[in-house]
Amino acid sequence: MEYLIGIQGPDFVLVAADNVAASSIIQMKHDYDKMFKLSDKILLLCVGEAGDTVQFAEYIQKNVQLYKMRNGYELSPAAAANFTRKNLADYLRSRTPYHVNLLLAGYDETDGPGLYYMDYLSALAKAPFAAHGYGLNKRFIMNLPSFTVRLIDKDGIHDMEKLPVGPK
Amino acid sequence: MALQDVCGFLETLDDISPCTYLPNEMGYMWRTPFEFDRDSAFHFLFPPQQCSRKNRAPTLFSSTFSSLSPHQQPFQLSHGTTTLGFIFQDGVIAAADTRASCKGLICCPISQKIMPIHSHLVVNTSGSGADCMLWERILTREMRLYQLRHRKRLSINGAAKLLSTMLHPFKGTNVCVAATLCGWDGEETQDTLQSCMEIADVKEAVEQDSNVSAISDVSAQGGVKMASINEQDEISKDTQALNPTVSNQNTKNVLSTFGGRSGPRVCYVCSDGLQLKGEIISVGSGSPYAYAVLDDGWRWGMTVDEAVALAREAVFRATHWDAYSGNNVDLFHITAHGWRRRDREDLKEEYYREREREKKKIKEREKERQKREGDELVEGEGDIYSVHCG
Repeated sequence: MEYLIGIQGPDFVLVAADNVAASSIIQMKHDYDKMFKLSDKILLLCVGEAGDTVQFAEYIQKNVQLYKMRNGYELSPAAAANFTRKNLADYLRSRTPYHVNLLLAGYDETDGPGLYYMDYLSALAKAPFAAHGYGLNKRFIMNLPSFTVRLIDKDGIHDMEKLPVGPK
Repeated sequence: MALQDVCGFLETLDDISPCTYLPNEMGYMWRTPFEFDRDSAFHFLFPPQQCSRKNRAPTLFSSTFSSLSPHQQPFQLSHGTTTLGFIFQDGVIAAADTRASCKGLICCPISQKIMPIHSHLVVNTSGSGADCMLWERILTREMRLYQLRHRKRLSINGAAKLLSTMLHPFKGTNVCVAATLCGWDGEETQDTLQSCMEIADVKEAVEQDSNVSAISDVSAQGGVKMASINEQDEISKDTQALNPTVSNQNTKNVLSTFGGRSGPRVCYVCSDGLQLKGEIISVGSGSPYAYAVLDDGWRWGMTVDEAVALAREAVFRATHWDAYSGNNVDLFHITAHGWRRRDREDLKEEYYREREREKKKIKEREKERQKREGDELVEGEGDIYSVHCG
C-alpha cells in the first residue's frame, strides 16, 4: 500500500510520499524515492503497479526535458499535467495500459503554485490538496515507516527532512 | 549473432518472411516492434497478443487471436529458490542455493543459479529456469555489444535499466525472471578503490547532499566537495561503523553521489518491471528467512570472512525452513579485481555439523546442572521449595 499527499499553499506546494518498495509482502527497500523531477519546478509523484510507475514516469520526464531542449523553454505545470493525462488516456485503451496514480506539483511564474491529481483512468483535477492511498497511522493494519517530503516554491524544489512515523 | 551485428552483415529478406510452419494468417502476425530498426536491442519477434499499438484494421483472425488468453501452461510453474546479494566495504557477495524444483519434484539438485556475465558482474536468477537462461544470454550479448561499441563497460545500473527495458514489453505474459545483478562498477585500478573508501568516510557531506536517486542532476559540485578528507571523520567513521543507521548514510552517499563511478553495486530487476538498487537484496521463496539473518548481521564494515559467513548462514537457514530451497550453496565474491567463486558446499554437512554441536551443548548443560545439584546437596541448604533451572 503506497501513499502520496500534496498540499498547495499561497506560494508553495508541499508534497510527501512513502518510502517503501514492496514485492508482495516483503519490503525490499525502505528508502525508495517515488518522486520524479520533471523540471526545476515540477515534481511528479507516481505510485501503482510495479514496472509501470517507473516506465511511465521516466517516459514523461524525458519527454518534458526533450521539449525544453527543442524549444528553449520549459513546460508549465498545467501543460505538463495535461500532457501526462493525454498520454495516460492514449495508453488506457491500448493493449498495454499503465496502472499508475499520480500527483503532479509545480510552481509557475505567472500562475503560482499548482497541484494536479491524476488517476489510472486518466482523470485530471487541479486541487488545493490531494492524496492517493491510505495514510492512517494508528488505524491501518500496515504501517508505512517513513516519508520523503519536498517543497516547491519560486526558488525551486527543496528537500525537507525525512519523516519517520511510528512509535518513538 | 553478435559478430554478425558488429560486422553489419546484411540480413536477407528470408529473415522477415512469415514463419512457414504456421498457417499463413497466423504467420503474418509475428512482427517486429520496431520494423525499421534492426540494430536495436529490442529486435525480437513479438507474439501476436503483444503486437504494436498502432491501429490496424482488425481482420477476423487478429480479433479472435487477440481475445485469446495467454497460452495455457501444460503444468504449473513453481518459483522456489533462495538467492541473495549484498554489498559491503570490500565488494559484493552473491549467494544462492542449487535446488531447481517443479511443484513437488526436485528437478535438479545441482543447478547453477549464479551466472557470471563478465569479469565484474554476476547475476543471481530466480523464477522460471528457461526464461532465466534465455535472458542471461541476451543480457550477456547486449553488454558485450555495448563494450565493443563504446570501448567501456556498461555500469551495473545501466545493465539493470537495459534488462528492465527489454523485459517491459513482455509484462503481462508468463515470462518470470527475477534477477539480481551483483557487480563492481568502474575501472579496476587501486586508485579508484582507494577513493571509494575515502569518500565513504566523510560524514559532513552526507548531511548536506541530497541522497535522492530519482533527481537526475547528480551534483558534480557535491562530488568535488567530498574529495577532501578529514582525519577526524575517519576516526569517527570507525566508531560509527557499528552504528547501522550512520553507515547506511555513508553507503547511500557512496551509491547516489558517485553516479557512474566505481564501487560495489547490487540491483534487482523483475519481469513485472520492478527495478531496485540497494544494499541487501534477497529473492525467492526462501527470501524472508534469508532477510531475517541478513538484516541482523549486516554491517558495511564487515570483513570478507564475516560477509562470507553471513551469506552462508543466511542461505543455510533459508534452505532449512523453505521446502523449495536446499541442497548446496554457491557463493561468489566480487571485488574491483573481478569475481571469485567459492567451492560449492553441501548444506547437508552443515546441518549434521550443527546437530552435533547442539548435542554437545545439551550434554554440557546436563553436566553443569548435575554438578550444581551435587553441590547443593553437599551444602545442605537447598530449599526444597526453590526451583532450580537446568
